[in-house]
Amino acid sequence: MKKFAVVLAAASVLAFSGMAFAAEIVMNGSTTVLPIAQSAAEKYMAANPEAKISVSGGGSGNGIKAIIDGTTDIANASRFIKTDEVKAAVEKGVYPVPFAVAMDALLPIVHPENPVSDLSIEQLQGIYTGKIANWKEVGGEDKPIAVVGRDTSSGTYETWNEFILKKERVTPKALIVASSGAMLTTVAQNKNAIGYDGIGYVNKTVKALKVGGKTGSAETAIDGTYPLSRSLYMFTKGWPTGEVMKFLNYLLSDDGQKIVAETGFVPLRILK
Amino acid sequence: MKDALPGIIIKAISSLGILIMVFILYFLFREGLPVLRTVTLKDIFLGQFWYPVEEPPTLGMFPLIMGTLAVTALSSAIALPFSLLIALFVAEVAPRRVREFMKPVLEIMGFFPSIVLGFIGMVVLAPWLQNRFDMLSGLNMLNASVLLAVLIVPTVSSLTEEALSSVPRDIRDASYALGATRWETTSKVVIPSALPGILSASLLGVMRGMGETMVVLMAAGGAAIIPMSIFDPVRPLTSTIAAEMGETPVGSAHYAALFFGGVILLVLTLGINLLSAWIEKKGAFRK
Repeated sequence: MKKFAVVLAAASVLAFSGMAFAAEIVMNGSTTVLPIAQSAAEKYMAANPEAKISVSGGGSGNGIKAIIDGTTDIANASRFIKTDEVKAAVEKGVYPVPFAVAMDALLPIVHPENPVSDLSIEQLQGIYTGKIANWKEVGGEDKPIAVVGRDTSSGTYETWNEFILKKERVTPKALIVASSGAMLTTVAQNKNAIGYDGIGYVNKTVKALKVGGKTGSAETAIDGTYPLSRSLYMFTKGWPTGEVMKFLNYLLSDDGQKIVAETGFVPLRILK
Repeated sequence: MKDALPGIIIKAISSLGILIMVFILYFLFREGLPVLRTVTLKDIFLGQFWYPVEEPPTLGMFPLIMGTLAVTALSSAIALPFSLLIALFVAEVAPRRVREFMKPVLEIMGFFPSIVLGFIGMVVLAPWLQNRFDMLSGLNMLNASVLLAVLIVPTVSSLTEEALSSVPRDIRDASYALGATRWETTSKVVIPSALPGILSASLLGVMRGMGETMVVLMAAGGAAIIPMSIFDPVRPLTSTIAAEMGETPVGSAHYAALFFGGVILLVLTLGINLLSAWIEKKGAFRK
């Protein structure tokens, strides 16, 4: 019993001292960026055992708010900082610094046998709000459109909402699937279906549509010609130093950008 | 003292179980009730639209509740007659050898993982339904209900079979002695005397269907609309909770609404329980 207590005391001393010396990074924010942050943090911690990174996702707005309040070191955001947020930060003497860490591109997908191959943003909006309900209205066969969407809490939905639906509501008749994988299976099996997925998930079982004549690819997302792409950001409180800077440098290096590609997003530059 | 020990241990363990249940209940209400700060009860129960991430959120659960009820009703309508017939066959008709084989098969089928069924629904049943009947999508209420029925049948038929088998031999013999045929004995003597057991087996099956998550999440289509036909996609409460809980910020109105959905599910199953108690009491009174 006594021995056990000694071991326990030693262990707790070790644990606490470890905590005190470890350079801890707290990350918070967008759930869209979460997979990148999570997997980069894991790889970074594996390479630097002394580093400790805790990652949580509460939405871009919450992440930026946490930077302003000083409760987090890095805020993940799937959008740029808003004017109001900059104002609030400056009033508190905080200067958020943005780092674009990855890009996100969404592709509209249909069944491979669907003759439609190009839709404009207006047509996509019509389909997702339920105003366009038949494929013949957009140059396809005389068949009803089965609209497939993601659950409203997902980051993919958020992006799609922003680019396609804008302020409108997705039709309540839309089939809702709970993951990017389920989206792919559903669309691959339904000749009437239209759906959307992040570029990393789309494969040969479905047909990716052009948007307004532009093919979605890593290249067109990087050069900015593909309309359904956006940058993903990490914001730091002031210019980063120490462990935070090392982590961001790692994420922006080729190794880090490979992680971005592996998690299904578009890296910032073409990797060899 | 030595004799009292097992009793004490049993009491301690069972009250721990009750304590955990009470704690779950408390937790559910504590997390769920704050939703009423954002929306009214009327908005939740009668609201037609579920757009939980809008600002401010629209948290109408009427389509979700209807989805749960519709899927449960349809799957029970498919599963219960089948279960009764299977149970009758195994308990009354089948020769001893078939019976000894069927019983464990039914029991093993009851352990079939629901995610595997959901997967079958997604990649086999959905495309087939769609191509065969030219539906908008094979992921719909019918698909999910058929799969749920597959989950319900083994449990209900196995329990119903037990209820039928436990009807005493004397009663059957008395019936035969009065000149009743086998069918008359089964329908007029065995089934009525096993009725409370059959009912509670059925209601257990209904609750199994209502609480099932994975199958409906994968196969029901997930559209938050009030189903007008069995080919409409539906979004039951369970799959809504499963799909959205992971992504919603803790403490938000949406988060509380999902817990409130859990409270509604709890109340629904409690309702079924009370109903079964009431039916049993009425049955006993009639006798």
